[in-house]
Amino acid sequence: MRLLIRGGHLIDPGQELDERLDVLIVDGRVERVGKDLKPGRHGEVLDADGLIVAPGLIDIHVHLREPGQEYKESIETGTRSAAAGGFTAVACMPNTTPPNDNRSVTEHIVKEAARHGYARVYPIGAISVGQKGEQLAEIGDMVGGGVVAISDDGFPVMSPELMRRALLYAQHFDIPVIQHAEDLGLGADGVMHEGEWSTRLGLPGLPGAAEDLMVARDLRLLEETGGRYHVAHLSTARSLEMVREAKSRGLAVTCEVTPHHLLLTDREVFESGFSTHTKMKPPLRSEADREALLGGLEDGTVDAIASDHAPHHVDEKDVEFSSAPFGIVGLETTLGLCLDRLVRPGRISPYRLVELLSTGPARALGVPGGRLAPGDPADVTLFDTKRQQTVNPTRFQSKGRNTPFAGWKLRGRPVATLVDGRRVELR
Amino acid sequence: MNATSWVRRDLLGIADLSAAEIELILDTAESFREVSERPIKKVPTLRGRTVLNLFFEASTRTRSSFEIAEKRLSADSVNFSASTSGLKKGESLIDTALNLQAMSPDLIVIRHAHPGVPHMLAERVEAGVINAGDGAHEHPTQALLDAFTIRQHKGGFEGLKVSIIGDIEHSRVVRSNILLLTKMGAEVTVAGPRTMMPVDVESLGVRAVYSLEEALRGTDVVMMLRVQLERQAKMNFPSVREYFELFGLTRARLKAAKRDVILMHPGPMNRGVEIASDVAEGKYSVILEQVANGVAVRMAVLYLLSGVHQEVG
Repeated sequence: MRLLIRGGHLIDPGQELDERLDVLIVDGRVERVGKDLKPGRHGEVLDADGLIVAPGLIDIHVHLREPGQEYKESIETGTRSAAAGGFTAVACMPNTTPPNDNRSVTEHIVKEAARHGYARVYPIGAISVGQKGEQLAEIGDMVGGGVVAISDDGFPVMSPELMRRALLYAQHFDIPVIQHAEDLGLGADGVMHEGEWSTRLGLPGLPGAAEDLMVARDLRLLEETGGRYHVAHLSTARSLEMVREAKSRGLAVTCEVTPHHLLLTDREVFESGFSTHTKMKPPLRSEADREALLGGLEDGTVDAIASDHAPHHVDEKDVEFSSAPFGIVGLETTLGLCLDRLVRPGRISPYRLVELLSTGPARALGVPGGRLAPGDPADVTLFDTKRQQTVNPTRFQSKGRNTPFAGWKLRGRPVATLVDGRRVELR
Repeated sequence: MNATSWVRRDLLGIADLSAAEIELILDTAESFREVSERPIKKVPTLRGRTVLNLFFEASTRTRSSFEIAEKRLSADSVNFSASTSGLKKGESLIDTALNLQAMSPDLIVIRHAHPGVPHMLAERVEAGVINAGDGAHEHPTQALLDAFTIRQHKGGFEGLKVSIIGDIEHSRVVRSNILLLTKMGAEVTVAGPRTMMPVDVESLGVRAVYSLEEALRGTDVVMMLRVQLERQAKMNFPSVREYFELFGLTRARLKAAKRDVILMHPGPMNRGVEIASDVAEGKYSVILEQVANGVAVRMAVLYLLSGVHQEVG
């Protein structure tokens, strides 16, 4: 099987390439990258004229809900959603039912993902048994089953002792510890960012300080333990500043931000009239926080953009704001939003975007990808920076419809998604 | 503005209202006030209209006030009470709304512990929706009756100094009053313990102070707020005794205010917690007038939202 991606503009931060180059794929792997390549005998050609060709996009923070919550999403629909959104790989969080805190669940996820084959799935194992924050899960066994990182996402690791042990123990397997950084002892009943808009709306606030306290604590522990620490969905200016400072001291810390924290603020809760699609954790923050996160994209402090794809059933979200579950979907909107709202206005270059959506996430988790060098698996995303789309949740491949971006007109969208050289997107 | 140009079908919050609309409601209430002074306290204005009073949270004063207003306008009113705990799931709320809508009410008065529920209801039902208090968000008819009472005593709002004192953070009455009074040109000061002051409160266009004396000095209107005793367990204040020491209104302290100050309280009062009994019943108090005015103001709101004033014949 030979496939030539011809005439596209290749952006490959893994090899520091940013020019018009062809990519020849043979039997699911990259054979050559160069100018004016020939497909060879019986080779197919994928015309990429006018398109960007990038190493496959990787979303390192999604919730596939399987096992146990298939009414929200399944591995099949979640990975279809990934493929449709231009993602060739996702890393899924362990807060399923039962949670991914043991090898049998890990293996189920890996097997199901392989069976459907829309996108690679890297399971993230739980830090603690039952994500209860008490006892370490069998991390080594899970790594044997395919886990690439550990996290109790959704349930912050409140115990400093447990976090210390996790940071130490994870080093045996060279995997990062991912923290949902939120000190639950502060503003625990909050439902939106604490600030002017929570005051106006009379909704209990989630203070930015709750995130900052946790990041500060964990960075201090990281100094003691060594190891790798990753801040999930970082959302405040102060936390970003602490990560920046820690990186400058050489600590092995990485962080991700979400498209919604880059594009929306707490004012949206008011503007949308209490729409539960503006309710997520961390909450939409202030304009100053949003601006700081954009600065983090520009100066390199942020390692990855991740969607925190969190599908919920329509009935679960169709309730009073205070009672609704936290979270929105993102796999099918991330690329379009980033192209239209970050690249088009010139906040970041297309090259930096590919770094944030592919090379950076691969490095943060230590998974393959983010590069199209000869011999690499041919995971490729082709996208068009000019083609228009209107976000229409009823046409999502995901079971989730919970997005605050419905109706947004975006310039830029994925065109083709290849995993092992095979087109997986459904259009 | 006069009644014929009123087109609004819902009253979800003061945030939506213009100063002209507020004036119109107060003027309309003025004409309804007299109905409650008649021997036969009833006019046929809303005859044949159905009003549902949907209270998901306990209320005596507001619910009775609405019910009396409805009856004095000859509307058919139906009460529906449910503890929020029994109807915690939103599906039930949506289903309740749809079921009620199927009975074709003209207006629904709703109180709920969660902010935004009246807005959600208004999107789903044909009936006009009146917010009778949604969590700590808004309580528009309370602010309107407070404004009506203030206007009776002070003639207007421009430059008037109004001090609101107590648990600012958890009060819907405060939010609606701030919105209304600042729209009408009053100068609003809020005061209370720092532990019960919402963040960025000054972005609402008010002055925040943290001593009772400072809040009272030279003020035209004092509005005391109920302090919920369960706040003590949530670390908002250490004890009732200490709260009263710092923020309880006494006759001596009230002397700092203007000589013609009026004293208001949205009720229910905690005597000896935020206010001393002798002040509550003293000569500056207009607390019971507020209650009386509540009926007239709610009659005005029901009348305007029902749309009857625009029907020909």
